[in-house]
Amino acid sequence: MLSVVIPIAFTLVALAVALNFWRLLVGPSLPDRILALDTLYVNTIALLVLLGIHLGSALYFEAALLIALMGFVGTVALCKYLLRGDIIE
Amino acid sequence: MSLGLVVLIPYLGAVLAAWVARFGRLHSAWVAALVAGLALAWLLPHAPTTFAGATVVQRLAWLPAVGLDLAFRLDGLALLFALLILGIGLLIILYARYYLSERDSMGRFYAYLLLFMGAMLGIVLSENLIQLFLFWELTSLASFLLISYWQGREEARNGARMALAVTGAGGLAMLGGFLLLGEIAGSYELSVILASGDAIRAHPLYVPMLVLVLLGALTKSAQFPFHFWLPHAMAAPTPVSAYLHSATMVKAGVFLLARLFPALSGTPEWAWLLILAGGFTLLLGAFFALFKHDLKGLLAYSTISHLGLITLLFGMGTGLAAVAGVFHIINHAIFKAGLFMAAGIIDHECGTRDMRRINGLWKYMPHTATLAMVAAASMAGVPLFNGFLSKEMFFAESVHLSAGLTHGWLLLVAVVLAGVFAVAYSLRFIHDVFFNGEPVDLPRTPHEPPRWMKVPVEVLVALCLLVGILPAVTVEPVLAMAAASVLQGPVPPHDLALWHGFNPALLMSILALAGGLLLYAARKPLFVLADRWQGRLDARALYQRLLQGLFALAGGVTRALDIGSLQRLIALFVASAVLLGAAGFLGGEAPLTGGRALLPVDGVSLLATLGLLAASLGAVALHRRRLAALILTGAVGLVVSLVFIKFSAPDLALTQLSVEVVTVVLLLLALYFLPQRTPAESGLARRGRDALLALAAGGGAAALAWAVLTRPYESIAPYFLAQSVPEGGGRNVVNVILVDFRGFDTLGEITVLALAGLGIYAMLERLQLPGPDRDAEGRPWDWDTHPAIMASLTRLLLPLALLTSVFILLRGHNLPGGGFIAGLVTAVALIMQYLANGAAWTHARLPPNLHPVIGWGLAVATGTGLASWAYDHPFLTSTFGHFDWPLVGEFELASAMVFDLGVYLVVVGSTLLILIYLGLMHGASHVLRPDEEAR
Repeated sequence: MLSVVIPIAFTLVALAVALNFWRLLVGPSLPDRILALDTLYVNTIALLVLLGIHLGSALYFEAALLIALMGFVGTVALCKYLLRGDIIE
Repeated sequence: MSLGLVVLIPYLGAVLAAWVARFGRLHSAWVAALVAGLALAWLLPHAPTTFAGATVVQRLAWLPAVGLDLAFRLDGLALLFALLILGIGLLIILYARYYLSERDSMGRFYAYLLLFMGAMLGIVLSENLIQLFLFWELTSLASFLLISYWQGREEARNGARMALAVTGAGGLAMLGGFLLLGEIAGSYELSVILASGDAIRAHPLYVPMLVLVLLGALTKSAQFPFHFWLPHAMAAPTPVSAYLHSATMVKAGVFLLARLFPALSGTPEWAWLLILAGGFTLLLGAFFALFKHDLKGLLAYSTISHLGLITLLFGMGTGLAAVAGVFHIINHAIFKAGLFMAAGIIDHECGTRDMRRINGLWKYMPHTATLAMVAAASMAGVPLFNGFLSKEMFFAESVHLSAGLTHGWLLLVAVVLAGVFAVAYSLRFIHDVFFNGEPVDLPRTPHEPPRWMKVPVEVLVALCLLVGILPAVTVEPVLAMAAASVLQGPVPPHDLALWHGFNPALLMSILALAGGLLLYAARKPLFVLADRWQGRLDARALYQRLLQGLFALAGGVTRALDIGSLQRLIALFVASAVLLGAAGFLGGEAPLTGGRALLPVDGVSLLATLGLLAASLGAVALHRRRLAALILTGAVGLVVSLVFIKFSAPDLALTQLSVEVVTVVLLLLALYFLPQRTPAESGLARRGRDALLALAAGGGAAALAWAVLTRPYESIAPYFLAQSVPEGGGRNVVNVILVDFRGFDTLGEITVLALAGLGIYAMLERLQLPGPDRDAEGRPWDWDTHPAIMASLTRLLLPLALLTSVFILLRGHNLPGGGFIAGLVTAVALIMQYLANGAAWTHARLPPNLHPVIGWGLAVATGTGLASWAYDHPFLTSTFGHFDWPLVGEFELASAMVFDLGVYLVVVGSTLLILIYLGLMHGASHVLRPDEEAR
């Protein structure tokens, strides 16, 4: 079952990643790009978890965890900048 | 090592004196006195041995690999100087306690004074020349601090800088001389050098070595033509002048002459250099002293003159002259310290040191006047006072020397003339200040100073009289002991007595006294003449022209290398890297692609690579829109960490991810104050050139990577992979390398990180910048500073994030993670609270007191390293063991994990310190500043 599902999932997430990159490059507005980066983080987590399931290894999950944490903080910082400019006030 | 302790005690005392000042002004004076007394008590048990003629040498291995020991030597000369330094030092400490006003920091003063005292003791007690040089430089540095004690005054800063420049340059020359001397003698130990005088004098390198060593001695002792720094050093507080210019700083130069006397003296070069320098200094100093209206200026030039006299005596090279030199060192130290203190009292009481205004003080302070007059009489060389005895020995030696010279009478005339001037300026000190009518327009009415302020002067004046009247009983044993160690042999017979019968020396003394009286009587027209010539004869002008030339030269060299354009410098740097890199491959036969089989390419990797390329190119294309470029850079960082994961480097990936977000926050903080768009500054041609350069450099690096990666390559990795578990006790090789195999490097790196954090903090602490009040599109900022949803969410996330970081820290030794990553995660988790909840909210819950965090981190890491010393292992040797706890089961603990905790603390502290203070830089945030919150 997994041998069928995983390639399909990989393909779909990879497609999403490609679309994220597209939005990241063309924008046009800054919120578009920030959202593209944030979604890229989410899709990357999916890729890593899929890879972990595929290889039967838990080694990739910490990286996924850290991306989840750091990606969130990065997005918060960028949004705060758009909102107020001064991010630590 | 009791001699080493004598030197060390003042250094420890300096820290203590500075520290106790917070508990009360006078505490540091007491501590300083106790410290000097303690050093004296530590020294005195050796005195009987030294008086018996023995030399004590104590050594401690310092750098045994290059044959350097910390070696201390106590002989007669060293004991004499140590007694002068500590004895007069104690008097100065007592005097300064009354001299310094309420506004002056006592702790700083006494700390500097003790630093200086330790350095001087180091010079006189050193057995090793290199060690002597180190203390020599320390005296220059400590005297810089002392002279510039009143940092607010420009003349104090200038005087200190000049003293440092002149004595520092001399010290550099002296180091060269010492290295030559050490090579000539085959050892840097004084015991060897002093015993091989003949071999040293016969060596072909004797003359250059002698010139270099004498440059050091003559600059320190303010000898012509390097005398000009000393009068400018008078900007120091008077206790400093009294100490530096009587018994210590300037005496270091003549001490060196005495110390190396058996090894270097007795050649025509030695004689001529010192006789000329000393003779000129003697005469010039005495001449200028008379025409100084400033009380301390008079004493300064008189000091120069007396040092010239001592130098001249050592230059004569005979045993008796050396005895006279040592004797005059003692006498000058005693009367000059007393005179400076008296001058300080007068300055203190009158508010000025101008002798044209200070007159007739006898009526106001008869006690001080009596003391000052006795000391001044001693300076003039009046019989019954100590200065007379050594001066008469000096006259006798001059007569002796001039008999052997073709134009010897010139020397005699110069010497008598200097004597005449010395009597005249001493007379001026007495008559102008204490008599000569009434004071003119003084800022305050003078009266006697506090009782205890006069005690040091009384002690010194009593010594002047005791030595002057009963020399054979009082000073003879000390003099004989010191002279024996100067000569390293029997002391020639000398008779310390007031009356030697009618001889040329007595005639010269009488001539000097009579001439001085006459000269002083005729002073008025001379002063008019001198005022007209004021400023024309000034060695300082030459020094300043020299200094300006040096600055111009340094500026020229800097401008030739650094053209002030970062673009051009980077272009030059990249171009030379490309050229030098490509040059190595010219004419090579090897193909670019090696023989290794290539790995298959999968779809996801291909996509990631394309994404990386697209994001990088996008960042280049959008680089003028800074925020957009920053977002794209974030994507590049993400893909790079994916690449690390793909190629089995999870540690790198975790680090990259954490660094990435810290970088984004850092850049956003800076970007707020910067233009949001980069203006186009360079033309099309220049951009084309830069693009070509960038392509060549990037392509070259890619080709190099390709060439290396396609070849079989034997790295050092297998060694670490094999040794990680047996030697480091950890399965995560990256972490084991960081905290164990290369632990010392890591210690250095976290130290640098801590320094960088503290440095940035120091620069940002009080910086306030205005920020823009509209965003890049010209819209006003949102009114909602901390949106409620974001604030609540991030609060929930904090414990989870901290848990993650603890998890990463603990397992780092065996699985991906470690102190560095965990530290970054903790820092990011806390920064998140600043972003979403604001600085005020966060500071109320977590005071931003990060200095202890950094300090503890360094202490823990260093302490782990030091702990291995307790088990007789080298620094930072690690150990590990397996433990079995009920419920928990078996687990492993390694000492490297404690080290990693230190790394973690430093990373957390430094990262937060930098980010928080960058964030608080904005003027609007400044109400939230932690230092203001504390008030």
